[in-house]
Amino acid sequence: MSSWDWQVFCKDTIDGEVVPGCFGGAGDVTYLDWLLSAWGWTLSVSALALVVALALGSLMGILRTTPHRGLVLLGNVWTELFRNIPLLVQIFLWYHVVPTLIPPLRGVPSFILVVIGLGLFTSARISEQVRAGIQSLAGGQRMAGLAMGFTLPQTYRHVLLPMAYRIIIPPLTSESMNIIKNSSVAFAVSISELTLFALQAQEETSRGIEVYLAVTGLYFVSAFALNRAMLFVENRVRVPGMIGGGGH
Amino acid sequence: MPMIEMNNVSKWYGRFQVLAECSTQVEKGEVIVVCGPSGSGKSTLIKCVNGLEPFQQGEILVNSISVGDPKTNLPKLRARVGMVFQHFELFPHMSITENLSIAQVKVLGRGKDEARERGLKLLDRVGLRAQADKFPGQLSGGQQQRVAIARALSMDPICMLFDEPTSALDPEMINEVLDVMVELAQEGMTMMVVTHEMGFARKVAHRVIFMDQGRIVEDDKKEAFFGSPRSERAQQFLSKILHH
Ligand SMILES: Nc1ncnc2c1ncn2[C@@H]1O[C@H](COP(=O)(O)OP(=O)(O)OP(=O)(O)O)[C@@H](O)[C@H]1O
Ligand SMILES: [Mg+2]
Repeated sequence: MSSWDWQVFCKDTIDGEVVPGCFGGAGDVTYLDWLLSAWGWTLSVSALALVVALALGSLMGILRTTPHRGLVLLGNVWTELFRNIPLLVQIFLWYHVVPTLIPPLRGVPSFILVVIGLGLFTSARISEQVRAGIQSLAGGQRMAGLAMGFTLPQTYRHVLLPMAYRIIIPPLTSESMNIIKNSSVAFAVSISELTLFALQAQEETSRGIEVYLAVTGLYFVSAFALNRAMLFVENRVRVPGMIGGGGH
Repeated sequence: MPMIEMNNVSKWYGRFQVLAECSTQVEKGEVIVVCGPSGSGKSTLIKCVNGLEPFQQGEILVNSISVGDPKTNLPKLRARVGMVFQHFELFPHMSITENLSIAQVKVLGRGKDEARERGLKLLDRVGLRAQADKFPGQLSGGQQQRVAIARALSMDPICMLFDEPTSALDPEMINEVLDVMVELAQEGMTMMVVTHEMGFARKVAHRVIFMDQGRIVEDDKKEAFFGSPRSERAQQFLSKILHH
């Protein structure tokens, strides 16, 4: 289409001049530089939030399947709490409310707050999946582990979790892809990630189509690459003699 | 001193009483068959023996250790009590060899090579050496159950519990599992076996326990049980399972 102008990405962000080679050097920043750095922020927020979500979501999901009532309650409350408040509201809570309630959090960079907010939100969803995965093994595997003399933690470690995680790889994959997409809420607290870049660059250059196409492409590539990576993992850990990841 | 001793064991699920004052003893080297209609509490009873199910009243001693005592180290006790389940419950993500060695290593602290050797020896014994590197999902039901027996044996148990080990099997596979169990019994293993295989009971059992509605209604020497069962319920039940 003749009206498209991909040169926009080679422009300097300050004076609007096209920079040869498209990458600015020595203090100059082109829109391409900015786009890539914004992509970096998106990936960083997503990756760190995923680590938080996997760790806490697994822990909470596991607690909900233990025989201890108090731990089950803790896991349930956690899950319901973070699952039932809209993500954007949670991000604002972390940004505006929590630091006033807990003074030590006042100096914490908004990047960290977003990672916590997105991580906890997603942990509630992962907790659900981990719980369902463990419960799908029914009681038999747990009893078999305990009957061999494993302690409860050993039973989880060696018997229940290896199968539960295999079973939940597909929902975990879509949850990980969701994190990349959901990381766009970070723009609301001024993290310079892809969505914020799109909003600002489109305003400055009036080249909305090119800017949004580029940003869309990067979101797509990120989520798609993650999806392929998880498929690879799924195939690697497939149990011989079982259809799909496992389950009875 | 009996290997397993139960004194007035009672258990409830909420208001529903699953076990009512069950008492029995299993001497060292004895083979006890437990039978009774569905829902009579056989599985529950046998799972109480190694503390997989808690009970509210009474006392169970295994090798003189009290199962219900909160101070008892249950994992340690269970490691010495072999258990075989109706649905095999092999660990599906581990090869057969790993299934046989993991608890030896993680629970008994044996070396990996030693555990593997022991596992292979037991596989030989149940006739499955050739399947060592396969996974449970690649074996037939009968083969899986023989592996499960070998897995229990890998811990050098002082007694063994079986919960309907053949009832999930196709008929043509039942005998390969029973053969292994008969051999174990003849070697002097202390066994408590929930089963409706009366052929097995006649062949190797010392005593037969008949349960009904959570109670042990018969606890007899094999000869007496098959000769003249005292309760009418047992009589009916026996005639039902013997005639098919
Ligand atoms: N978790 C539970 N909660 C409530 N009731 C239960 C529970 N587990 C078992 N029961 C009940 O306890 C009774 C005894 O169950 P159990 O499994 O011991 O019977 P069983 O003799 O092994 O029967 P089957 O031959 O069908 O295996 C049954 O009526 C069953 O419905
Ligand atoms: Mg049963």
